[in-house]
Amino acid sequence: MMQSSVSTKREMSFSHLREEATTAVAHGAEPKIKIRNLDFFYGSFQGLKHIDLDIQEGMVTAFIGPSGCGKSTLLRTLNRMYDLYPGQRATGEILLNGKNVLSPDQDVNALRAKVGMVFQKPTPFPMSIYENIAFGVRLYENLSRADMDNRVEWALRKAALWDEVKGKLNQSGLSLSGGQQQRLCIARGVAVKPEVLLLDEPTSALDPISTAKVEELVHELKSEYTIAIVTHNMQQAARVSDYTAYMYLGELVEFGLTDEIFIKPKRKETEDYITGRFG
Amino acid sequence: MRVQRLQDALFHQVTRFFAFSVLAILAAIIASLLYGAWPALLEFGAGFPFSADWNPVADKFGGLISVYGTLSTSVIALVVAIPVSFGIAIFLTELCPPVLRGPLGIAVELLAAVPSIIYGMWGLFVFAPLFADYVQPVLSMTLGNLPFIGTLFQGPQNGIGILSAGLILSVMVIPFIASVMRDVFEVVPGILKESAYGLGATTWEVVWNIVLPYTRVGVIGGVMLGLGRALGETMAVTFVIGNAHRISPSLYEAGNSIASTLANEFAEAASDLHVSSLIALGLILFFVTFVVLALSKILLMRLGRSEGEKT
Repeated sequence: MMQSSVSTKREMSFSHLREEATTAVAHGAEPKIKIRNLDFFYGSFQGLKHIDLDIQEGMVTAFIGPSGCGKSTLLRTLNRMYDLYPGQRATGEILLNGKNVLSPDQDVNALRAKVGMVFQKPTPFPMSIYENIAFGVRLYENLSRADMDNRVEWALRKAALWDEVKGKLNQSGLSLSGGQQQRLCIARGVAVKPEVLLLDEPTSALDPISTAKVEELVHELKSEYTIAIVTHNMQQAARVSDYTAYMYLGELVEFGLTDEIFIKPKRKETEDYITGRFG
Repeated sequence: MRVQRLQDALFHQVTRFFAFSVLAILAAIIASLLYGAWPALLEFGAGFPFSADWNPVADKFGGLISVYGTLSTSVIALVVAIPVSFGIAIFLTELCPPVLRGPLGIAVELLAAVPSIIYGMWGLFVFAPLFADYVQPVLSMTLGNLPFIGTLFQGPQNGIGILSAGLILSVMVIPFIASVMRDVFEVVPGILKESAYGLGATTWEVVWNIVLPYTRVGVIGGVMLGLGRALGETMAVTFVIGNAHRISPSLYEAGNSIASTLANEFAEAASDLHVSSLIALGLILFFVTFVVLALSKILLMRLGRSEGEKT
């Protein structure tokens, strides 16, 4: 009894201290994800070098940089997708809500339910539109038929897809157009109510109109989710993100508010890349 | 220029000839089976496949025993082989460390290359005694006490019979089904599996809900390939099925399949009606295989429709 009260007191004072410390750095908000001294290896090749980065809650953080710079790799460490492949490993710390997700006792499936992901290409599952959404929800929640119907509608509305598919929920997800498929994948990710949404070049396979819709969506979603987006398209990063990280050869070159990075970058390399002199 | 056109025309004709010769051979086989089976079909009528009479002395013949043997051994083979093959394929594609993947895959394929006579000898001399001593008593004491299916696992425990034949067949078809499953599982895009893992799904959930539906055409094709081999397998089955012309409720009892009956009796068939009845059995086997293929096509079409692929 005594002991537990002592330890809570200590935790309280710790968190109090930490809050004070970060207040100075990060404009008052505790970051949703704190990456500290992250290294990543593909076998013997080092894909990420000493990354330190904060991802703010309710904001969009964009990762930009030339191909092979490690921006997708960084994204894939956040939900430990690399775990699927033997030989890939990460060291350092990624604190999600203050808890290190890289630690071996982290339940990877629970982590991925909390940190959703959308990929370069639309990947509808080989099942109906309805089931595409319901599949992920069913993994962690036991909803009645009516509640599931509501959840599916809610997710499809979030992804601005409901009006286009409400009459054909039982058709295959593969019957949709590319842009609709990608919004279906976003709806699928949103449906499980994650805390963080990772978007890995979500518009690289889409036409301009679909791209605009997805970008609008990112804007809508950020009030409720913390979003990290990898993009090749710098205009896109400028349009949708609040913070931008410029990466090169596995290193984080510059990180800051998007407006500052694009208008007045501190580093010469960043400026060269953004102005198109390099990359 | 003219020479090239001539070459093309010739090529066209030759390939067409090859393709159509398949049809011609098929038609010829059906015709000769029908011709050979005609006397038996005239004598015993449409009831031939459903009569359990098989008495060469009295010249009375019916196909039910052999048809039952063929179908029951094939069903046992598939019931055992499908889950095992599924497990092999999943392990090889999803779970296996890369260093083991090559050797294990080759081992599975080598299993398919073992001649069936070897399986037959191994089944009779190695498998059957072990099966009789260690497995059959255990099955009798456990599954044998269940209601309804209990009688299937009661009877003489001598290691040969319908169940043994089915199990040998399952070993023979596992490499076919497993290697086809592995090949089709490998073509599932990694990004599709990652999307499911990304929602928090476990390996099992990904395989069962994503990989399997995505590859169902190939998986069913592999199962049909295995079933085709099981239905027609002769040598290995003849060795272990016991070759007795009776139908028994027990899977431990000896029986006969169509192929084993043909292998055993063609050489010593005395009367014309006996020979004709054997050919009629061959016709039935042909028909059964055809029906199985047709059913699998229909199944695939219905699966496709229920998932709204063709809209």
